[in-house]
Amino acid sequence: MPAQSASGSEKKSSSLSMDEKEYKKVAKKHEPPRPILKNCLKAFLVGGTVCLIGQAIQEAFMAGFDMTSKEASNPTVAVLILISVILTCLGVYDKMAQWAGAGTAVPVTGFANSMCSAALEHRAEGLVLGVGANMFKLAGSVIVFGVVAAFIVGIVYAFLGFGGGHL
Amino acid sequence: MKRLGRQTWQFENRPRIIGRAAVVGPDEGKGPLSSDFDYIYDNLEIGEKTWEKAERKLLEQASQLALINANITKEELHFFVGGDLMNQIISSSFSARKLGVPYLGVFGACSTSMETLALASMIVDSGAGDYVLAGTVSHNCTVEKQFRYPTEYGSQKPPYAQYTVTGSGCSVVSRTGDGPVVTKATIGRIMDLGIKDPFNMGSAMAPAAADTLISHFRDTGLEPGYYDLIVTGDLASVGLPITKELLQKEGLPMEQTVFNDCGLMIYDREKQPYVVAGGSGCGCSATVTYGHILNRMQKGELKRVLVVATGALLSPLSYQQGETIPCIAHAVAIEKEG
Amino acid sequence: MQFLWAFIVGGLICVVGQLLMDGVKLTPAHTMSTLVVAGAVADALGLYDPLVKFAGAGASVPITSFGNSLVHGALTELEKEGWIGVITGIFDLTAAGISSAIIFSFLAALVVRPKG
Repeated sequence: MPAQSASGSEKKSSSLSMDEKEYKKVAKKHEPPRPILKNCLKAFLVGGTVCLIGQAIQEAFMAGFDMTSKEASNPTVAVLILISVILTCLGVYDKMAQWAGAGTAVPVTGFANSMCSAALEHRAEGLVLGVGANMFKLAGSVIVFGVVAAFIVGIVYAFLGFGGGHL
Repeated sequence: MKRLGRQTWQFENRPRIIGRAAVVGPDEGKGPLSSDFDYIYDNLEIGEKTWEKAERKLLEQASQLALINANITKEELHFFVGGDLMNQIISSSFSARKLGVPYLGVFGACSTSMETLALASMIVDSGAGDYVLAGTVSHNCTVEKQFRYPTEYGSQKPPYAQYTVTGSGCSVVSRTGDGPVVTKATIGRIMDLGIKDPFNMGSAMAPAAADTLISHFRDTGLEPGYYDLIVTGDLASVGLPITKELLQKEGLPMEQTVFNDCGLMIYDREKQPYVVAGGSGCGCSATVTYGHILNRMQKGELKRVLVVATGALLSPLSYQQGETIPCIAHAVAIEKEG
Repeated sequence: MQFLWAFIVGGLICVVGQLLMDGVKLTPAHTMSTLVVAGAVADALGLYDPLVKFAGAGASVPITSFGNSLVHGALTELEKEGWIGVITGIFDLTAAGISSAIIFSFLAALVVRPKG
């Protein structure tokens, strides 16, 4: 039964005299603070570097295959995804991510890692029920919310009569 | 046997641990207690195709070694009391299949080691069984996969996260033979003071540990100084200080004895920073107790020990549904004769 | 020059993500979902395209650009096909990313086991 008591008899049955509110204060006191500043710095450095690599790949495609920046963005994303999948398979992505935090999670590499890691892990349950069913375990929310947001934006645009041209 | 106070069992017929074994994985083998384990695997797969099969193999091996250590065969064993962290405690059930012994499966999360030892001792003490096996197991990867994220997923762990021990600890309890005696067991009650964060197990479990300790000393009329060593199961670097503060507020003089935590003992947090706050899991208290603590008892360094195993009784679903984390702690007193 | 801005803008978007995870204490899934919606809203207000022109990969690599591409697809089809275009066009620009993630992850799962 929970420690907080309503009646005297309940209070006797609990050995601790502290209630929930008081305890949360004690717990908070002992909770080691997250090194927010250090983490932000690491995220900035790694995230910036990943985007830098992306920029280099994009320029390589533009120069090598005579593409515009718009045309080059698709293969750039594909290459970054491939790199992320390879690093996940080698078992190093999670170690890098512990250090880099959002620096590896926010770029599209994080999206690929979430799918690849889920696929690898659930291979044990077979290709259909394991890999197939679980691949979007972590990435699913991103896709769902992105699509719903885009739909709402589209509907609003249609209503307001912008007809598709951007603001 | 007798009941002391509200929730403590006193075993009058002196059930003793006549055999035991602790089998661990590579990270535990790199820790400060490595010489106390019976077998150390140097990889997490343990030659199996899935993490779940590897966890099962750990328990099967530990139970076999415990039987050998006790000098009995599985045909002489009367009951097996086991549990683990997996859904439907499959590791224990599938291992019990191999043993072929009448089986009682229990779920106590990380408190399973002492829950099973208490029940095994009760069965033996009451004469309902001559030889009873108590055992539990945990594996880092099965727990990450089931409770948190796929093992290769790149998420950043907060500074209070704990590292699940890959290991299994088993003991054989009997009235005949030599070994340290299980004298008392205090069965814990569920404590839930509103902690929701599943990465902050220490904060969630500390009240349960404190509650059980207070109950134990109230029921038995003893003082902490009666024991040479009191350990909690896996409160680690955040939970242990909280428990100490709670006990100080309640006036329990824990400074009379050495008060430590298995999660802090099993790893070297400086050389192994990936464990962050410390060890956790069913295997944590089991391997440290059946390996290290009983070894020290055998050498004569310890005479009376109280092990308080702590468990967080959440499920992956309960967390997603916004529930808080109910916890429990079971205490078992082990004493050397003479 | 764009290399410098790619680094800075990309880094800053990641810092926003880090603040959401450490400061607001969101889970990674919540954080990424928030950023995707933020990207979609930014594009709805016409702010994301100029950012891409300015910072290149610094804006097109973070997950926010996924939201941007989804909105782009919806609005382009809306212009071409009318109302139904809002639904049919959403995945037009993101198909490459999603498809490659699925295909590479599946192939990886065939031959690779997790290391723990």
